[in-house]
Amino acid sequence: MDVVSVIAYALLGGGALLALVRLALGPSLLDRVVATDTLLVIIAAGLAVYAGLARDPTVVPVLVVVSLLAFVGSVSIARYVGGMLIRSAAEEPPR
Amino acid sequence: MSVVVDVLALGCLLTGAFLCLTAGLGLVRFPDVLSRMHAGTKPQVLGVLLVMVGAAIRLHGWSATWMLLLVAVFQMLTAPVSAHMVSRVAYRRRHVRRDLLLVDELRTAEAQDSVHRGDEPADAPPDGRVQPS
Amino acid sequence: MSGPAAVQLRHQLPLLGWLVLVWILLWGTWSWANLLSGIAVALAVTVLLPLPAVVGGLRVRPVPLLGFLGHFLLDLVLSGAQVAWQALRPGRQRQSAIVRVRLRTDSDLLLTIIAQTVSLVPGSLVLDLDREERTIAVHLLHVRDLGHVELEKAGVLAMEDRVVRAFGSTAEIAALDPGSDLSPQGRSTP
Repeated sequence: MDVVSVIAYALLGGGALLALVRLALGPSLLDRVVATDTLLVIIAAGLAVYAGLARDPTVVPVLVVVSLLAFVGSVSIARYVGGMLIRSAAEEPPR
Repeated sequence: MSVVVDVLALGCLLTGAFLCLTAGLGLVRFPDVLSRMHAGTKPQVLGVLLVMVGAAIRLHGWSATWMLLLVAVFQMLTAPVSAHMVSRVAYRRRHVRRDLLLVDELRTAEAQDSVHRGDEPADAPPDGRVQPS
Repeated sequence: MSGPAAVQLRHQLPLLGWLVLVWILLWGTWSWANLLSGIAVALAVTVLLPLPAVVGGLRVRPVPLLGFLGHFLLDLVLSGAQVAWQALRPGRQRQSAIVRVRLRTDSDLLLTIIAQTVSLVPGSLVLDLDREERTIAVHLLHVRDLGHVELEKAGVLAMEDRVVRAFGSTAEIAALDPGSDLSPQGRSTP
């Protein structure tokens, strides 16, 4: 049982660490959006793994919130970047 | 019987955790935003579904099960939407490694993207059409 | 006065049902109090934050729906495994492609379901959807050669076929047939 939990948390931690690497490196804003989205979902998966392994259902409502937060966050940043795109296209005369 | 179910649940949890690791790995290794979007969407949706199944098997009580089902449904509904929004903006802002594309039918169909000179990735080679070198 | 209101209520009814279902699932237990408060919350949400009505409805056909769901689950597992393998295997990233596929359906709801499904299946991601032309632009993660690209395009059309057979009306299913007169335009991809 302990072995399983160590392996599961190690896998999840590795995934979250790699997402953090992309978050730090990511050359553009959109890379960071993707990395943040993935990181939040990995956190949600980690909460679910904890709930399953410890048979502790108290974190399940947190899970709902985190998974929806990931979606709302990435969509609003994508809309923001898209808005910048429209504005810059309007200001810049076509060649 | 209960041992079999338990092993099944643990297997689901471990496979899901492993898929989350591959999502992070793909995020670091893939070359441009669109490919990273693939890494962020696919193994992650499947991984989260497997983790939810595993947790639902191990948790007793229907209340938690329903909530986990809801999380899984939300994940399947929202992941393609956010992936589409991010990748569309990424394409318009030219965060795409054109040299890795075998076919690009979107570009030949609407030759509008020369207007949107966005911030391209630093490692992308200069584009042949816009900047003839 | 009651005519438009009744039509609007009928359009909102599936949304209301879904919201009540989500509310009950969030509480986790079924009780009359949950049902009544769910209806109240759903009504408040739909009145305060109205959505445009969805034109056309869905007709659910059970047997094709089961086939579609089975295919979808299989594709989901395959897509996860394929992309995971792409991330794991040594060597550089191979070639990707962006293709346009002209679909044959002309319903908002069906197009939404198709785009959602395409985004979830192996190595494809919907980039853009042109509503007038009924074409979707799909990014393919890994392609070997041009033959493989054609194969993936055929896969998207087969997916459309399954979705329409599960949810579409009789006319929409007839429009899938390439020789039929019901499809107004040819289905050649540009």
